[in-house]
Amino acid sequence: MDFSYTEEQLALQDTLQRFIARDYDFERRRAHARSTLGYSAEAWSQYAELGLLALPFPEEFGGLGGSAVDVMLVMELIGRGLLLEPFLSTVVLCGGLIRDAAPATIKRSLLPQIGAGKLKLALACYEAAGRYDLSHVACSAVSAGATHGKGGVAGWRLSGHKAVVLDAASADYFLVSARGSGNVTDADGISLFRVRRDAPGLTLFAYPTQSGGRAADLRLQNVIVGADDLIGVTARALPMIERAVDLGAAALCAEAVGIISALNEATLGYLKSRKQFGVAIGKFQALQHRMADMLIAAEQARSMAIIAAVHCDSGDVAERRRAVSGAKAYIGQAARLVGQQAVQLHGAMGMVDDLIVSHYFKRLTMIDLTLGDADFHLGRFSDLLLRTSFGR
Amino acid sequence: MDLKYTPEEETLRAQVRAFFEAELPSDIRAKMHLGKRLRKDDLTRWQKILHRQGWGAVMWPQRFGGAGWNVVQQHIFEEERADVGAPPQNAFSLRMLAPVLMTFANAAQQEYFLPRIISGEDWWCQGYSEPGSGSDLASLRTSAVRQGDHYIVNGQKTWNTYGQYADWIFCLVRTDTEGRPQQGISFLLIDMKTPGITLRPIITLDGEHEINEIWFENVKVPVQNLVGDENKGWTYAKFLLTHERTNNAGIGACRRALKKLKEIAADQVANGRPLIEDTRFRDRIAQIELELMALEITNLRVLSATANEQRALGPEVSVLKIKGSEIIQQLAELQMHALGHDALPYLREALELSWVEEPLLAEHYRPYAPSLSGQYFNLRKTTIYAGSTEIQKNIISQQILGL
Repeated sequence: MDFSYTEEQLALQDTLQRFIARDYDFERRRAHARSTLGYSAEAWSQYAELGLLALPFPEEFGGLGGSAVDVMLVMELIGRGLLLEPFLSTVVLCGGLIRDAAPATIKRSLLPQIGAGKLKLALACYEAAGRYDLSHVACSAVSAGATHGKGGVAGWRLSGHKAVVLDAASADYFLVSARGSGNVTDADGISLFRVRRDAPGLTLFAYPTQSGGRAADLRLQNVIVGADDLIGVTARALPMIERAVDLGAAALCAEAVGIISALNEATLGYLKSRKQFGVAIGKFQALQHRMADMLIAAEQARSMAIIAAVHCDSGDVAERRRAVSGAKAYIGQAARLVGQQAVQLHGAMGMVDDLIVSHYFKRLTMIDLTLGDADFHLGRFSDLLLRTSFGR
Repeated sequence: MDLKYTPEEETLRAQVRAFFEAELPSDIRAKMHLGKRLRKDDLTRWQKILHRQGWGAVMWPQRFGGAGWNVVQQHIFEEERADVGAPPQNAFSLRMLAPVLMTFANAAQQEYFLPRIISGEDWWCQGYSEPGSGSDLASLRTSAVRQGDHYIVNGQKTWNTYGQYADWIFCLVRTDTEGRPQQGISFLLIDMKTPGITLRPIITLDGEHEINEIWFENVKVPVQNLVGDENKGWTYAKFLLTHERTNNAGIGACRRALKKLKEIAADQVANGRPLIEDTRFRDRIAQIELELMALEITNLRVLSATANEQRALGPEVSVLKIKGSEIIQQLAELQMHALGHDALPYLREALELSWVEEPLLAEHYRPYAPSLSGQYFNLRKTTIYAGSTEIQKNIISQQILGL
């Protein structure tokens, strides 16, 4: 039982903090959000130099062999700085999937490139009617025969629609879930494919998100992929996609915790400086108690993010789900409380685009709605509770 | 960052578990399991058993006869205690008074009182609140006037827990009326057998006798029963309250209540199926379990931070107190709601082990049912005592947030 960070972790934290203070202030962040790309390509190269993009990969693939706790630490600062770059999509979700499920050839070709900042990926795992259900896969994968595959190896033809793919427009590759067999929500029959951004038959409808990032819907019409584009085992991809999404959800928990603490600091500062009726508004007990509630929520949320980080790469699936879904549900609710109250306590100032408060609030709100919201994860946690209650 | 227990800690857990399983008397275990009334004898018997094992006060330093366990070891002890269903120890003496004695009392006081606390020989109660001094504790008026080798104590204390069992009471008394209210308070140890002390039960909303009013009429207390310096009692009182609040996170009790809630929900039937299969009800359990998961880690984070920084617990314990008290209330509420209309019968005699259930009632009324509504009513106290939730939020606002 140890809640401290190592020297290396503290150094990493310090470096990223200094980068944000120097190169990523609120005004610059707004400019990046408004740019065509939606983030800073320069910052992305900086992350590569700092080693962030190789953080969770094994050393044999050019990585730093970092843990989920290291990722938590980075994500917390990504939250604080409201960083827009596609770290979650490229490094945590797709990088995690490739690291944990791809054959060595793909790892060798992709992981070092990701680490070097030369390659970005986006995970296309949700569909129009599926909401947060990862097994809802209508997108089809039909064997394309040897003629289409590279070097005479059989490939697949993918057709379907992928919804709200995060960081899609800037991705070089997509990892796309598609079904070779079974009914639309069967757990079996789902495979995961690497699809090039410029693959014939792939079209994107791209849009900005509410919190400053970018996303897109993907239409695939007879997109041809080769056998060497298969990530993991044919028809058995769901468990590894679920695992990657759990890693992503744990990372989002940490991002939310970073925002919650920053938002609490901003709100506390406002309560101390804003004067009405001749006194700082923080002298009013109604507001003090609200702020105390926000502090408690922040501490509890941090505890849950730690639980998620420590267990999200557990080999015990039930333990992993319980920790991650528990944390995502709890933090979704805590984020709602802190976000809404921060705006309320800032009064009309909480409503304006010029102040970072509203941007924190919007990001917190969107984090809850990403990779399963509080209700979805509470349901998952609650269903696990049912099983363990009778198991004993 | 690591949430795993070391092999040594796991060994300790197994030892603690095995001891509890072997040594917890079966009648006490049954009472705990079914929510029956515990009496003084049950609690002191258990304290003596723990003391024989050297675990009478695992949180005390060894030089005072404790086991000197660190916060993680204490956490393990408490987890296993709650899981087995052993009764809680007397927090007033072991967790509140004892740290004050260890820190501020003289050697003679330490040597006399501490061994009698850990052995279970003396039962202590607390004399803090007064009719006019609740949340505003410093306004207390019970007076102690020096007269030769004695203080003459006059006044009234209230909301005193288990004073009917007590051999001794530690009291906050006013020794000076000049200056700020906090400045004239002293910390006095009073033998409950001293002439002039009258105790009157206060029956609470669950129909039980847990708390009392106590009158002091010209009660003669030897000056050697003063702890620390005269008029410095407020400092000791605040120190004590910090310890009280930590304990009030009550993680062990919450864990036990959660486990029991799941058992009840699996046993009760709704629409022909176990109640726990009803998602609407189960989600409410899940919601509280999340709060408790978070609180366990928050609690350990606070304790390990203070241990690492070698400092005393500070205002952050208010966070633990607020959350812990809310969680235990919500668990008790759900336990009661799980019963449906079986929560209605008020059967005082059913809280005794000897109770035999009427066969007609037994067709639907379960053995764990009688205590649950009373528990719910009783536990409304947790957000009121030891500094109400509102007082805790004032402390957070002023001492942590600087508002």
